[in-house]
Amino acid sequence: MGLQALFFYLFAFVAVASAFMVIAARNPVHSVLFLILTFFNAAGLFLLTGAEFLAMILLVVYIGAVAVLFLFVVMMLDVDFAEMKAGALEYAPIGALIGIILVVELIVVLAGNSFHPAAAGTGASLIPPVTERTNTAALGDVLYTDFIFYFQIAGLVLLVAMIGAIVLTLRHRENIKRQDISRQVARTPETAVKVVKVKPGQGI
Amino acid sequence: MDGFISTFVWPAAIILGQSLLLVTALLIFIAYILYADRKIWAAVQLRRGPNVVGPWGLFQSFADLLKFVFKEPVIPSGANKGVFLIAPLLAVTLALSAWAVIPLDAGWVIADINVGILFVMAISSLEVYAIIMGGWASNSKYPFLGALRSAAQMVSYEVSIGFVIVAVLLCVGSLNLTDIVMAQASGVGTRIGLPGSLLDWHWFALFPLFIIFFISALAETNRPPFDLPEAESELVAGFMVEYGSTPYMMFMLGEYAAIVLMCALTTILFLGGWLPPLDVWFLNWVPGIIWFVLKACMVFFMFAMVKAFVPRYRYDQLMRLGWKVFLPISLGMLVIVAFVVKLTETAA
Repeated sequence: MGLQALFFYLFAFVAVASAFMVIAARNPVHSVLFLILTFFNAAGLFLLTGAEFLAMILLVVYIGAVAVLFLFVVMMLDVDFAEMKAGALEYAPIGALIGIILVVELIVVLAGNSFHPAAAGTGASLIPPVTERTNTAALGDVLYTDFIFYFQIAGLVLLVAMIGAIVLTLRHRENIKRQDISRQVARTPETAVKVVKVKPGQGI
Repeated sequence: MDGFISTFVWPAAIILGQSLLLVTALLIFIAYILYADRKIWAAVQLRRGPNVVGPWGLFQSFADLLKFVFKEPVIPSGANKGVFLIAPLLAVTLALSAWAVIPLDAGWVIADINVGILFVMAISSLEVYAIIMGGWASNSKYPFLGALRSAAQMVSYEVSIGFVIVAVLLCVGSLNLTDIVMAQASGVGTRIGLPGSLLDWHWFALFPLFIIFFISALAETNRPPFDLPEAESELVAGFMVEYGSTPYMMFMLGEYAAIVLMCALTTILFLGGWLPPLDVWFLNWVPGIIWFVLKACMVFFMFAMVKAFVPRYRYDQLMRLGWKVFLPISLGMLVIVAFVVKLTETAA
């Protein structure tokens, strides 16, 4: 397992280093690019733990879609990030507090404790061995068979949020030329051309 | 020490050798795909195409390679140097790395992973970064506009590609690319009593999805009629304006590697991979890789023909096609396919 340890340290080191660069980089676009590198290495770590499906979904969804939007916004907005960063130290204590909470939670979990007695010991039992069941099938069972109701509710919440965003930003502007392709296709010489006999000297 | 060599060094050497072999074969294939692209385009326009270097111009791509490599790379003074140079590298690396999971014949695959199709999707969704980074780092108007267009375009068409792939996966029941090909050994044709033939492949059962996948693949690889990121009539050359010599060549190489990848993916998903078109002895005797390459070449021929005679889309039409036409159709087909699969499963 030496090779696996080697790759773990490689991915972990690059992930931590690039996560640090996200907040250290002067150029906001570089920050986002480092964030993408962090995601990428997190996907590598997922692969090492055998969570291949999660790794690929992380790549497709977070890097392939979410981070692209991030990059879009950061590239398009003309925000003075140097000015924003000037106040960053004020918020450092809050960030540190959140970090400490996360570390404490990790320690609690790693030490074998759990926050709720009912959840004790479930961490290991839920994961079927990779040889018996592939990740994809196991996750599909959990999401779409065992907990389909919660899954649908989550989807509904997201749908409402999406409709809300559209309602908030939708504007109906007047006098805009729109292309109606079915009308264009349905045009024939009869509907499009009007033949007029113009008498000489009179005009139309 | 002996154990170390047999467990680490030897497998690593084998993987390295396989990768080198695949990449070399792929690069030579791409050189001739480029040549074929230009020849087909020329033939449609009644020109002769490249015909000077070597017999029938066969060595044209290699001459181009040498020309690009010996030119001086120019980096604009306002450019963001690091990102400017990483972008073309990323384009080539990503386009080539997806080939690690593509099976060329039964068992002829470097990494036969369970989530092969997701890996290919993940890599092809990363390819957009090469274009965005190149366009942004050039620090110039046209490349930036090209990069923005390309990002929106690739993200939009990935959605319909994703749904098409999900529909295929429903028919197969596995995300492994080898399984996807083997599932096409039996299908509609065998179900109605015919021997194994090309009617079993997914293109027949999922014909509308095949068409959607093909068109989305054109948009995903920025091929005409969807080459808006580099629309020369509006954006000079889009995201590649500031690039020259080797970095430019790497962008081109990445683009063509992605195109060949899409051809291979179409072959695997819809055209039965390495399976022969008829299950008879003399066709079975032909090695699978030949069928695979023939089918991929056929898909590429369609790519090239589309480039030759379809005019470029306007940007709003492109977005309309992706979101208002392909997305509803592929989503609807997905529901229908799920129903049919479930019903035939319960019937059998």
